[in-house]
Amino acid sequence: MAFYVVQFLTGLASAASLFLVASGLSIIFGVTRIVNFAHGAFYMIGAYIAFTLTERLSGAFGFWGSIVLAALAVALIGVIVEMVLLRRIYHAPELFQLLATFGLTLMVEDLVVLIWGPDDLVGRRAPGFKGAIDFFGQNIPSYDLFLIVLGPVVLGILWLLFQRTRWGVLVRAATQDRDMVAALGVNQKWLFTSVFAVGVFLAALGGALQIPRDAVHHAMDLRIIVEVFVVVVIGGLGSIVGAFVAAVLVSELNAFGILIFPKISIILVFLVMAVVLIVRPWGLFGKPEAAARKTPGLTVNPWRPLTSNERLASLAALVIAATLPLFAGNYALTVGSEIAIFVIFAVSLHFLMSVGGLASFGHAAYFGLGAYGIAFLAKMAGLPMIVCLLLGPLLGCLGAAVFGFFAVQLSGVYFAMLTLAFAQIVWSIAFQWVNVTGGDNGILGLWPSSWAASPSHFYWLALGVAALVTIALRAMVFSPFGYALRATRDSLLRSEAIGIDAKRIQWTAFVIAGTTAGIGGALFAYLKGSVFPDNLGISLSVDALVMVLLGGVETVSGAVIGAIVYKALNIWLVSQTDLSKLVLGGFIMLIVVVFPKGIVGMLEMLAQRRRKSSPPGSPLLAKPIESAE
Amino acid sequence: MRARNTIVGAAFALLAGGMAHSALAQDIKIGEINSYSLLPAFTEPYRKGWQLAVEEINAAGGINGKKLVVVSKDDGGKPADAQTAANELVSSEGVAMLAGTFLSNIGLAVSDFANQKKVFFLAAEPLTDAITWSKGNKYTFRLRPSNYMQAAMLVEAASKLPAKRWATIAPNYEYGQSAVAVFKKLMSEKRPDIQWVDEQWPPQGKIDAGPVVQAVAAANPEAILNVTFGADLVKLVREGNTRGLFKGREVVSFLTGEPEYLDPLKDETPEGWIVTGYPWYSIKTPEHDAFLKAYQAKYNDYPRLGSIVGYQTIKSAAAILAKAGSTDPEKLIVAAEGLSMPSPFGEITFRKIDHQSTLGAFVGKTALKDGKGVMVDSSYKKGADYLPSDAEVEKLRPKD
Amino acid sequence: MSVAPPLLTVEGLTKSYGGIHAVRGVSFALQAGEILALIGPNGAGKSTCFDMLNGQNKPDSGHVRLLGEEITGRKPREVWRLGVGRTFQITATFATMTVRENVQVALISHGRQLFNLFGSAPKFDRGEAGRLLELVGMGGYADRPCGELAYGDLKRLELAVALANQPKLLLMDEPTAGMAPRERVDLMRLTARIAREKSIGVLFTEHDMDVVFEHADRIIVLNRGTLIAEGSPAEVRGNPQVQAVYLGEGLVYDARHREGAST
Repeated sequence: MAFYVVQFLTGLASAASLFLVASGLSIIFGVTRIVNFAHGAFYMIGAYIAFTLTERLSGAFGFWGSIVLAALAVALIGVIVEMVLLRRIYHAPELFQLLATFGLTLMVEDLVVLIWGPDDLVGRRAPGFKGAIDFFGQNIPSYDLFLIVLGPVVLGILWLLFQRTRWGVLVRAATQDRDMVAALGVNQKWLFTSVFAVGVFLAALGGALQIPRDAVHHAMDLRIIVEVFVVVVIGGLGSIVGAFVAAVLVSELNAFGILIFPKISIILVFLVMAVVLIVRPWGLFGKPEAAARKTPGLTVNPWRPLTSNERLASLAALVIAATLPLFAGNYALTVGSEIAIFVIFAVSLHFLMSVGGLASFGHAAYFGLGAYGIAFLAKMAGLPMIVCLLLGPLLGCLGAAVFGFFAVQLSGVYFAMLTLAFAQIVWSIAFQWVNVTGGDNGILGLWPSSWAASPSHFYWLALGVAALVTIALRAMVFSPFGYALRATRDSLLRSEAIGIDAKRIQWTAFVIAGTTAGIGGALFAYLKGSVFPDNLGISLSVDALVMVLLGGVETVSGAVIGAIVYKALNIWLVSQTDLSKLVLGGFIMLIVVVFPKGIVGMLEMLAQRRRKSSPPGSPLLAKPIESAE
Repeated sequence: MRARNTIVGAAFALLAGGMAHSALAQDIKIGEINSYSLLPAFTEPYRKGWQLAVEEINAAGGINGKKLVVVSKDDGGKPADAQTAANELVSSEGVAMLAGTFLSNIGLAVSDFANQKKVFFLAAEPLTDAITWSKGNKYTFRLRPSNYMQAAMLVEAASKLPAKRWATIAPNYEYGQSAVAVFKKLMSEKRPDIQWVDEQWPPQGKIDAGPVVQAVAAANPEAILNVTFGADLVKLVREGNTRGLFKGREVVSFLTGEPEYLDPLKDETPEGWIVTGYPWYSIKTPEHDAFLKAYQAKYNDYPRLGSIVGYQTIKSAAAILAKAGSTDPEKLIVAAEGLSMPSPFGEITFRKIDHQSTLGAFVGKTALKDGKGVMVDSSYKKGADYLPSDAEVEKLRPKD
Repeated sequence: MSVAPPLLTVEGLTKSYGGIHAVRGVSFALQAGEILALIGPNGAGKSTCFDMLNGQNKPDSGHVRLLGEEITGRKPREVWRLGVGRTFQITATFATMTVRENVQVALISHGRQLFNLFGSAPKFDRGEAGRLLELVGMGGYADRPCGELAYGDLKRLELAVALANQPKLLLMDEPTAGMAPRERVDLMRLTARIAREKSIGVLFTEHDMDVVFEHADRIIVLNRGTLIAEGSPAEVRGNPQVQAVYLGEGLVYDARHREGAST
């Protein structure tokens, strides 16, 4: 019995750490609608700075002072980031801020190694909380007890802050209706900055408090960020109490789950999230999102099919690309093939995101399923390459059909997080089911048949498929189906009122996107000759998002350019420097600030501006409707 | 005027550079890949090791008179990126062979690439048994003692313990799973009386140490096998110390004696764990002394195990290239099979039967000295003594 | 021979939220070609009532029948397929499409081409789309992005969209809210003309009493969820209960207030 009590308390201690970080994320999202990917990075910087300070300042006062000081210092960094970077892009399309914070995260991961060195750092134990307390023969670390108390205390402070201060009232109001608060004449700039600072402070505090129990290292951020997102979503976005309950739920399920299924930790949070979201689409304590005030003004100019000149230009670009084997070496061709494959992957997500307004955070699942489809067919059934290529993507199709059915019942960030949960579930199956998938050692020896084996042949194959896929998806954008899908994105109310079954349309789009991603994955398996769980992983899903956003989510085919630029740059940087993340992160942040509509989006806008300025006084010179700040 | 001079000068420099570059075509190039950005704590000492080796080799006249050049690439910890890097090294850089890698899945990916493209590959650090056995191929050789070998070394010591009730804690991925599996198999062969009372599989890099420690303690084992490492190990040790998990229990632990993993633990290093590792401070052989002196002189730092692996990888590669007298992969294979050479740990041989080197490891006990973790009572275990019989290996390895 | 059932029959429609009756036992009928106004002060339950007619909201009890067919609780899209068009109090259009494309989407849906993956939507039935736009006086705006239309034009576009499936019944929730007085009259005249020509039944709610009394054939009055009067404009105007309700609430003030606030 004592054991179960102690296990419960241990779970509570884990929950407290998780809650601190999650509450910050939840507040930031609630008010600014920023999906702050850098939250983990702030957590990590908090731990690093706290480590440095605790090593220098001695005594109990020095230790606790260091913890608070570190959190304050990071909050200050947060303020600078918000003012210098995020403020410039609140007007940008949804999720664009995700791209900025992703770039920041990449930079931070390299920067901490440059500043603090590569070794794991083990900090001091907390003065006064070094030992354990005996509880009927079981030991509870006193630091755990401290954390168990701290969690509810922070919750209480936040509650008071939100209920009893004017600032808190504004924050709550903004969480419910941003535009209304703006209309009331509140200085939103400073509200956002202060909210961001508080959120970052909590993240950094969470990180700093890990000093006595964890090692400080440069991958700490990744370890926590996804889990924290999951907790926030389970609890309901913007709900602090929800974040607390979800943190406790997840931690306790883990603490007791491992007693029965020792391997459950790896997948548990995602299972919980999937179940919660299917049963309660807005999380445990969340409220239905107010009909998202999409910012239609951003795309005042409706999409149009390419003009014949543009078609010729695209064809010319394709022909030029097809001549690459005439002068480039094998390496360039293989890189070219890889880029072409990522074009397929990116346009598939782009179709879902731009036309359907559905941002999947787990699109790699279908890419990876396509790749595993190839592996199963080629290695187990021994089918020839051409058959595999045709059938392999069906696994992606199947996955998309099953998961998409549940995912499209939700929208917005909840949709994104459910897709992420599904992707993680697929990933952990690939990772765990060693007998079938080879686990993380993957499946090897999937090399192409002789007709496609030479780098130039494979390049033409990849390029051809990429071109076909891009053309087909583009055709779909302008097909009746594409319009129906766009209709569900623009106005659910209106589309329902003219007989459109939004869920079925979106589901179909999901399956199309998943199958297309599967085609990319299938080619990827042959390009690399192997399949690994990485092919289904979060980082690949994030890559796809970045490519789409970089190209411009409001364009018809921006993802093509986004994929080419991102992938080429990535490969080149990884080849040239160990600090590729630093450079790439900086580049992404620069792009975000300079091209807030993505590369293609920006080019289109410039072209349009030129067109408009020629006939003076054109009736189309309506200024874009600004999104409410 | 001055500007123009500068431009002309720059153009000449470029031209000269180009010429110098073409002259370099006579060099022998090794393509090296590792997870520099993902795992800097392990790959930094490794890089220092191989850089020292390159310096020594070229100072001694290179390989059959040709200068040795190592072209190094980061793989970002992703198998797919490692293959891109391998491709670049082979196709664009024209390297004579590939070497390196740390993570098992990356090692396997590059090994499969090598097999497909018919390139010689010397895997440095990956531990998975698959790379030389179930997924072995003729182009791939491996330097570091494998998972199986390390398990066998630990089992030798562990089987002498009186403990009968064992629990295991291992990261939930292929390495952890196969380490536990081999350890259990070998242990049960020697000690049929052993009971396995609990197993914990925290996700790699994400251990929630409190509940794990508590769960293991609840099973009340007499001994614990640990396979976690890095930050997970730190958390496990800290929680275990506080909660008294290790008190009165024997602990056997993979790799924990390597400075990479032991040093961060500082004064929290648990005492008396049986571990594999690298006690660089207590190895007294002329070979190691020479290495240690050279390393410390160059870097003003002590070597980690990665330093040894990096150093010996390039030394081995050079020995193979020198013996082959060619960069033809088939000749390299012939040269490498059965080739013996010196190493800081004494003479090692690349076995013909499975392409595994006989580099060994040290087994000893952890102890605290001046607030730092060290290995004591350590002894070197030759790799050759901890491999299964040739007949068994034949069965494990696919026919080429 | 039985008499053909009325276009729309509503019987005992009831809806309450947490003990408060929003709509209580409302019954009425609407004939083809008839223009029926549903009026009542703010909070009378007009919108709730309206939303239950096309499935936007589910009644607690009661029946809605279209040509005798039970449609209570069916989804809006199913009700639409049966020939019920609808416009919204706050316009709902596809902002990233052109005016014509907005209509084309409705035509695509009507033609059951929603899952056509490879046709061309911009070329889909341009003729009919053009006719509908001409009908509502938006022909000149066909290629304008919908996102930059003035509010009154959006209302007219909504009407064109609502007409795309050749409806038998039009439900218009405050069709002229937010429009200038001239536009209001124009739009309602247009609606009335179309309704008479095509024999479409129209049910609309409205705050502007000028619009109501000029265009409605019949008026029903809702107060606190209950139907308190029904009849011709003249009858309703003379109904003392209605006068009490409206004067008590400030009829004149209300209408002017709306007009001022919604521009």
